[in-house]
This record gives sequence, structure tokens and C-alpha cells, in this order.
Amino acid sequence: MNLTLRIWRQADASADGEMRTYQVSGISPDMSFLEMLDTLNETLTERGEEPVAFDHDCREGICGACGMVINGRAHGPERTTTCQLHMRHFSDGDTIDVEPWRAAAFPVVRDLVVDRGAFDRVIGAGGYITAPTGSAPEAHATAVPKPAADTAFSHAECIGCGACVAACPNGSAMLFTSAKVNHLNVLPQGAPERESRVLGMVEQMDAESFGGCTLTGECATACPKGIPLSSIAAMNREYLRAATRKRGA
Amino acid sequence: MPGTVPTFTTMATATRTPTPAPPDAGPRPRRGPLRTLWGSTIGKKAVMAVSGLIMLAYLLVHMFANLKVFFGPEEMNGYAHWLRTLGEPLLRHEWFLWIARFVLLAAVVLHGVSAYQLSRRDIAARPVGYRHRRRGGSYATRTMRWGGVIIALFVVWHVLDLTTGTVNPRGQAGHPYENIVAGFRTWYANVIYIVAMLAVGLHIRHGFWSAAQTLGVTRPGAVRLLRGGATALALVITAGFLSVPLGVMTGVVD
Repeated sequence: MNLTLRIWRQADASADGEMRTYQVSGISPDMSFLEMLDTLNETLTERGEEPVAFDHDCREGICGACGMVINGRAHGPERTTTCQLHMRHFSDGDTIDVEPWRAAAFPVVRDLVVDRGAFDRVIGAGGYITAPTGSAPEAHATAVPKPAADTAFSHAECIGCGACVAACPNGSAMLFTSAKVNHLNVLPQGAPERESRVLGMVEQMDAESFGGCTLTGECATACPKGIPLSSIAAMNREYLRAATRKRGA
Repeated sequence: MPGTVPTFTTMATATRTPTPAPPDAGPRPRRGPLRTLWGSTIGKKAVMAVSGLIMLAYLLVHMFANLKVFFGPEEMNGYAHWLRTLGEPLLRHEWFLWIARFVLLAAVVLHGVSAYQLSRRDIAARPVGYRHRRRGGSYATRTMRWGGVIIALFVVWHVLDLTTGTVNPRGQAGHPYENIVAGFRTWYANVIYIVAMLAVGLHIRHGFWSAAQTLGVTRPGAVRLLRGGATALALVITAGFLSVPLGVMTGVVD
């Protein structure tokens, strides 16, 4: 396959960026999108040009490191991560636009790499349980109802890739935050911090200059892990419950 | 050997990476529920949801009352007079009307201020747009902001038209039936009204379902029902309101 790529190039956070056009040839339909970019970078390196910087780690669709907006869609045309997107979903001769996640909360570090530290700070504001660590606890010590375990697990699938923020017209992190809140709030292990978790994480989310939710559904459409839009409604309920509750000492 | 087991404290110290404390470390200041809600994006959306539902309930009653125009001037004008006597003798003359106006004004102001503040924030959250533009969301979703502005402007016109009678060609107090008929005999009143009612329909279509999501309705059956309900509500309200100018235009209402 021969392709024309229009890629966002930006030297560093303070530099002005621009879309630059590149030609790649000899692309196999079995390559992943990242392998296609590797091929481009080899050519660029051979020519003595700066390779295109992009985030990637496991390349198995489970770490959430990679992510770019391909033809206006977060992670491209398929509902998967960029590393698991294969070139067979494109045609020979296609022109493909590749841009970084765009959000005030995700500043561009270089080319397609953005700083997603805002997500870490949201997690730090309550996305954990306070339990003594050390040896694994006895598995039957805390009974977890099967539906709660299933709900928690489906929300725990969120890999924090940031596609929801990139896809949302408001740059909102509601789907990410709701996945993390619901994951722990439905479990007995998460119950002691049920209120402080949702209050703290939403407060941090707002402090990180993410936008608000207007329920366009773009986030849930882009999510490679299938976190549903109803996750946001569930967090809204948790938030309103916690905010209006008389907080004890 | 007893006494030589390393404590967890020493192990933790050895493996800990020194990290600077975040600038805002320490206990969060505790705020009252109202300040917490008004200060957060979710809380402001809840304010929009509740104020929107109040206005929607009013619209539904308003729409059904409008249909009285098809039963003649006595029915319509009699109903308008009854509204002024509602609640008597507990309330004084027109008190009910003024209470309703006050509640609606509060709902409009809260809804508008929240929408303005949230929209400013949403726009600022994506300072650099995508070069590869792609339209997302339904038409109703995309037109919420400008649709809301159109509806707000219409409300001003509508009050000047049929409440104060300022811009109504007849504008006679106590004769709403005659004022309505006189108004809809002009082309501009029809255009303004029809555009506004279509905007109301689209606004309800996305707004009603969104309000339910904001207030935390999660049961799949209920969500499906509310999604269908939003469409039905939007169609019924728009059709009901549009029947009045259509009635005047076709001569059914004279």
C-alpha cells in the first residue's frame, strides 16, 4: 500500500505546530497503524530528518499509552486502540490525517505526544481504596455480589488512554472519571470512601480545565474499551448523592 | 532470628522515590451542598436539569391551554380570566400568576447563567481544534446552545406580543383570543413563532433525556423509555403550539 500522511509536527510545547505531508510506500495491510508510523520514521531517520514522536508501550491494546486522532476520530475508524488498528482498514492511495489529542488539559509535548498527567491527578484525588497493603487478603473475607463485581470489572477496563477527552467536543473527562469512580464505588472495598472519592475526583477533574458533559455520546463511541455512556449518569447520581448528604465527622 | 526482621517502615523508606508535595495538599475545605453543587460542572448541569424540567412542565400546560383557541373566544378569554382568580380567596387577585412568573423567571435565569458559564468552559477546554473536521452528535445536540439563544429571544418577543401587547397589532388587555388572531394574521409573527417552536422541539428532544442522565437515571429500561419519551414530548409540544398559527392561517380560528 502507498499512503499520503498529513501529520501534526510540533517541536516542543511552546513551538507552533503545523500539518506536514509525507508519502509512505510498501505498507502491508497486516501492519498496525504504529508499525506503519515506524516505517515512516525509519525513512525519516535515514534521510536525516527528525522522526515523528508518538506514545506507545504494550502495543497489545491494554496499556493505554498510544493514542492519536486519525481522520478526525480518536484511535481511527475502528473501535480499538491505535496499536490494534490495522492498515487493512485503509485503502491504497488514501490520505490519512494524524493529529494529537486536543484538549486544554492535555498540552502537546511534541508532535503526537500529549501530557496526560491531568488523569493521574484525577486518580490521585480519590481513585484508590485505603486498605493496608502487604500480603494478599483472604479472598473470601469480603463478599462481593456477582452483579457488583461485573459492574466494577467492566468499568475497570478503562485504560486511561484519553480517547474520550479527545473525541468530546467539550474536551470533557466525564467518561474517564465516571469509569474510575464507578469501578470502586460499587464494591464493598470502595465503600468507606464512597462520598469523598466522587467529590474529590470531580473537583480535581474540574480543576484540570476539562469541559463539562453535554451528553453528545462521542466519548462512548470512541472508547476502545466500550465504557458505556450510562457510566456518566451513574457518576452523576453518586455525585449528587454525596454532595447533598450530611457529611459526618 | 528474632529481632532482626526489618520493619515495613525502613523498607518503605528505602524504596520511596521523593516526590514534591502537590501545592494544594492538605484537607479540602468543606463547603455546603449548594456551594459545592454550584461550583462544579455536574452540579451546574443539575441546576440546568431541574430548571429545564420546571420550564418543560409549564410548557406542557401552556400548550394544552393554547388549544382552547379552537373552542372560541369565550372559552379562551374565560380561561385567561380564571388564571387571574386562581387560588382565591387564599391568594389575592393575580397572585398565582405572579408567583408562577417569578418561579419561571428564576428558572430561566438559573438555566441561562449555568448554560453560559458551562459553555464558556467547554469552549475553553478545546483551544486548538482538529484540522480534520468531523461532525459529531445529532442535530438536536449540536443546536442546543444557539437554539437556546433563539428561544430566549423569542420569549422576550412573546411577552411583548401577548402579555404586554406592545408589539401586537391589537394588544387589548383581557382579550387574548382576539390578540392571538390579530397577531397571526401578520407574516412576521408566524415566521418568528414557527422558527421558535421548532427550536423548542429540538431543545426538548436532547434536553429532556439529558436532564434525566444528569439527575442519574441509569436503569436501562428507564433510559430507553425516557429517550423515546423525549422524542414524543418534543413532537407533541411542537405540534400543539404550531396548531394555533396554522389554525389562524387556514381560517379554522377566526
